[in-house]
Amino acid sequence: MTPAPAIVLRGRADISGAPLFPELRLELPAGCWTGLLGASGVGKSTILRLIAGLDTGARFSGTIAANDGAPLAGRIAFMGQSDLLAPWLDVLGNVSLGPMLRGETPDLARAYAIIDQVGLKRHVRQRPHTLSGGQRQRAALARTLFEDRPVVLLDEPFSALDARTRAEMQEIAGRLLAGRTVLLVTHDPGEAARLSHHAWLMSESGLQALEVPATPVVRPVDDAATMAAQAAMYRKLRRLP
Amino acid sequence: MKAMSTGLLRALLAAAFIVVLWQAVVSLTGAPHFILPGPVRVAQTFWTSRDLIFENALVTWAQIVIGLLLGALFGIYTAISLAISPASRVMMRPFIVFAQAIPVFALAPVITLWLGYGMASKIVVVVLMIYFPVASAFFDGLMRTPQGSLDLAQTMNARPLYTMFRLRVPHALPALASGLRLAAVAAPMGSVIGEWVGASQGLGHLMLLANGRAQTDLMFAALLALAVFTVLLYFIVDLFGRWLTQRYGEPAA
Repeated sequence: MTPAPAIVLRGRADISGAPLFPELRLELPAGCWTGLLGASGVGKSTILRLIAGLDTGARFSGTIAANDGAPLAGRIAFMGQSDLLAPWLDVLGNVSLGPMLRGETPDLARAYAIIDQVGLKRHVRQRPHTLSGGQRQRAALARTLFEDRPVVLLDEPFSALDARTRAEMQEIAGRLLAGRTVLLVTHDPGEAARLSHHAWLMSESGLQALEVPATPVVRPVDDAATMAAQAAMYRKLRRLP
Repeated sequence: MKAMSTGLLRALLAAAFIVVLWQAVVSLTGAPHFILPGPVRVAQTFWTSRDLIFENALVTWAQIVIGLLLGALFGIYTAISLAISPASRVMMRPFIVFAQAIPVFALAPVITLWLGYGMASKIVVVVLMIYFPVASAFFDGLMRTPQGSLDLAQTMNARPLYTMFRLRVPHALPALASGLRLAAVAAPMGSVIGEWVGASQGLGHLMLLANGRAQTDLMFAALLALAVFTVLLYFIVDLFGRWLTQRYGEPAA
């Protein structure tokens, strides 16, 4: 993996003439998790898709750049709420999808090692429909890790999971994605409080910094400072005084 | 396996019901055998004329199978090339729709005029008949690849041709299966239409011949050979389609 860059997005976006989000500046510090919290429809996913270089349907005027000056294309891995596993491929095939789509020969030894890391060793040859929701999301995480990109964009990756599985997945992802520049888009204050080095609340008026504990991530679910941070985020999200 | 044997049992029951109904209509109306022959008479004719029927059936069956394979291949090829290139979509689509707008029935005489009374003209009619359903079902499937998967492929710097053959085509195989099912039903029709327009052999030809000589029982016997083959063909294609759906789609939990 190449060193993780810091990324700065600066600009505004309009969707069919109406403003989607106003002029704002979002910095993703190198090697850190940045949480982006907000209600549905405020443009969190649009920001993520803009950084990923995907179509958004919105008109963006501004700049997105890495601090090392090199282009971002090819340095980003993406993981969403839907696991996007190919139903005809087994776990191994899904994890090595990237090289297959580039016409390269996948490094299977590495794929096995990563599958082992996410705890799917016994399921390597299973197709997605035989896996549980949590296992499927682990496979998606393994696919993301196998791409070995320095920047990882997570779009509500755990929101479809039950509470226990979600907590487990947050820990696995936090551990395995450490050292990369990560953007975590979420509408769950608890998730932002556990995983972020820096967190922002996004609303129609722009970005607002959120307090997160100074302790290392992944913070325990029941850590008092984390829970206090989560409570404060809830108040800001709901616009309570 | 159990589901299959109950399915077979149901099919046999349905067939038995039709035969009984058929016999009932014959007995109740007292229709002469050259208008509506009874099942027993048809079975007898089928047995006594089995060489004649089989000889002609082989031709028709071959036309159906070859036409089905060729039409499916053309359809698959068209769908993929349309999906790959937006330019070819713009250019080829009107032609395809236009070709589909002309009834194959109307084209069959011209095709026979050009290609003669042999098997080639019938195969072309079958191909024309099933080309569109296959191409259209598969093309729809190719255009319905989940946007998320395409986004993922884009962030992976996928090459367009690999995205097509390793992502979009497998995603669309269940859709192709429904096109193939339609084709399996339409193909025998195409073959018989072709033979009615002009042929020197085949079940359709035999039926016309028998009709002209008031051998209604022979007509029914030939029809039986066609129907049995059509059902069998559909059964095989359906089995293949189910396998495609199971293997490439998300089987229900």
